[in-house]
Amino acid sequence: MNFKVKDLGPQLITVLAVVLIFGFFTYNAQVNMENRGIDFGYGFLSQEASFDVQFSLIEYDGSHSYFRAYLVGLLNTILVSVIGIFLATILGIIVGIARLSSNYLINKFAAFYVEFFRNIPLLLQLFFWYFAALRTLPLPQEAESTFGVFFLTIKGLYVPAFIWENFSIFFYSLVAAFISVIFIKTYAKKVQESQGKQIPVLFISIGLILIFPLLSFLIGGVSLSFEIPKLKQLATTSFVFDGGLSLPPELIALTLALSLYTATFIAECVRAGVQGVGKGQKEAAASIGLTPNQVLKLVVMPQALRIIIPPTTNQYLNLTKNSSLAAAIAYPDIVLVFAGTALMQTGKAIEIVSITMFTYLSLSISISVLMNWYNKRIAIKEK
Amino acid sequence: MFKYLKQLTSLVAMVAVLFTFTTETMAAKKSKTLKNTQKKGFVRCGVSQGLPGFSNADAAGNWTGVDVDVCRAVAAAVLGDANKVKFTPLSAKERFTALTSGEIDILSRNTTWTLSRDADIGLTFVGVNFYDGQGFMVRKSSGITSTSQFKNGISACTNLGTTTELNMRDFFNSKGISYEPVTFEKADEVVAAYDAGRCDTYTTDKSGLAAQRIKLSNPDEHVVLPETISKEPLGPVVRQGDAVWEDIVRWSLNTMIEAEEYGITSANADSMKTSDNPAIKRLVGAEGEMGAAFGLDNEWNLRIIKQVGNYGESYKRNIADTGILPDRGPNELWTKGGILYVPPSR
Repeated sequence: MNFKVKDLGPQLITVLAVVLIFGFFTYNAQVNMENRGIDFGYGFLSQEASFDVQFSLIEYDGSHSYFRAYLVGLLNTILVSVIGIFLATILGIIVGIARLSSNYLINKFAAFYVEFFRNIPLLLQLFFWYFAALRTLPLPQEAESTFGVFFLTIKGLYVPAFIWENFSIFFYSLVAAFISVIFIKTYAKKVQESQGKQIPVLFISIGLILIFPLLSFLIGGVSLSFEIPKLKQLATTSFVFDGGLSLPPELIALTLALSLYTATFIAECVRAGVQGVGKGQKEAAASIGLTPNQVLKLVVMPQALRIIIPPTTNQYLNLTKNSSLAAAIAYPDIVLVFAGTALMQTGKAIEIVSITMFTYLSLSISISVLMNWYNKRIAIKEK
Repeated sequence: MFKYLKQLTSLVAMVAVLFTFTTETMAAKKSKTLKNTQKKGFVRCGVSQGLPGFSNADAAGNWTGVDVDVCRAVAAAVLGDANKVKFTPLSAKERFTALTSGEIDILSRNTTWTLSRDADIGLTFVGVNFYDGQGFMVRKSSGITSTSQFKNGISACTNLGTTTELNMRDFFNSKGISYEPVTFEKADEVVAAYDAGRCDTYTTDKSGLAAQRIKLSNPDEHVVLPETISKEPLGPVVRQGDAVWEDIVRWSLNTMIEAEEYGITSANADSMKTSDNPAIKRLVGAEGEMGAAFGLDNEWNLRIIKQVGNYGESYKRNIADTGILPDRGPNELWTKGGILYVPPSR
């Protein structure tokens, strides 16, 4: 009994203190907002935003609502996070493995890259890419093309745009190809387990993924053409590229900075993971006659992944949260569009900041859930 | 013995409570912000992060500008010393939150007076210290001499969270021109982006364009287009809910403008005490009880004129002599063809 009181007492007091502190802040905010005639409410979300955004994945202009502007910002945040995570993972794996290389030059170069980019603040790197590196790019009229179709200018990267006809048929053909690949894979596994025969799954899969879309072009009526960016004159010395797809320099700088920075941490996770697999495991695998490729694929990687995934999840979360630095270089992410312009135009500070915080929380939790699910899947299944 | 002690304590407590109540109600007549300001010994003033002519700090950290002078005038009025001001540089995005949260007491940062700002977000605009309008700056070499030459695909750099952003949309929309807005939080970043060629045009208040032009690598290669696309009355802002403080700031600004009207300058203010004109005498604290309503002494307005000068002096010192906008345009007194007109101090 006495023990219980001793245990419960401090916990109760802590809970009470937390509740009181929250209560105090809420009350304080309420009283002060009332005093200053600020009303609280989320009704503004349906009002007309009346400001434009530089870059949007969905159709948007100022006549849409603040909620739509929020979606624009959110999608831009997700876009830069997804591209960043993708690039950082690839680069991280390459550099991480390079650090384990016995080749002196590759090894040292990878080590130098990791130490250099990991130890400079991200914001500074972002400023470097945006204000130093990308600002020295040529003006549109002076830009030299790459392969005659890509143009890298101070106003952004212009690439040819795809013009699809019957895109949905092409898309379904791809889906069909992937479904058949999965089917072949399960079938091959069954055959191997029952008869010991091996079916060349890789070649068949590649063949399928090529054949299905090809068929969609030949008989499905799908066609693809390109729209190449063309230089357009706005005034005597003012030019812009018209047509094609334009990637604003803000997006490029942010992607570069985020992926180069985060890749260093992922590289270290990969290195730690691979080194964390006992030497005995590799030797045992080799001794039963597995080829070096099989050793890596069947013995080392499955065990290394278990070490790599949890800290890498952290890096993915960091990258997503760090994308909020976009506001410093005019990339219209959720912080710039919603917690910036929309906040300014409506003055709804508490509402907008709380929505933004909740959004980042949801994004982070989604990534965590996804990565934890993957982590569980590859974890040791004890029987 | 203990019994009496207990009674004594409750008596003392009761007296103390009563006393606090009476002092509270007496103090309530005086502005809370004024009280706090006098206790602290300085006026907390929110300014821009550097806009020559309006609020700009030199290398030694001394702030100058017409917006700065409004805060200095208030400091002279309530503290007796125009230098007792603590300046907080704020971005366009931060400014209103800083004011409503109580971090600053006056926001004097080239802020446009609009209905929604005045009504919605817990702010009160006290007046106009600069009549402005939004314009565009382009490179001279572009050959553009009017906004009618703008074409689809033009990119425009501007500040985040400003009326500029909204006016820009209205303007391009009404002309049916598609454009790329590039918005930065700091004015310096906008200038740098425009300077590097990221944008074809830079748009903000015309006074701002004139002031920022100086910061460009080659100011002479740029030109401000003649069109004005909006009304931008810029003025100081205070928090809603302290009517006395609001009046103090409003009449500090009005005093500067009216002083110019009556020809009272920092140099001749003292001698004006013996003027024959009662309006002038009131402005230098020699007649009437002009400070009592604010909880100030009678020479508060004299101190403003002596220490900061009248509006004309402030304009000349900060905007005309620095070459930003030598012509006062609408910011001339109503008696001289402008639209500066303030209610009388009486």
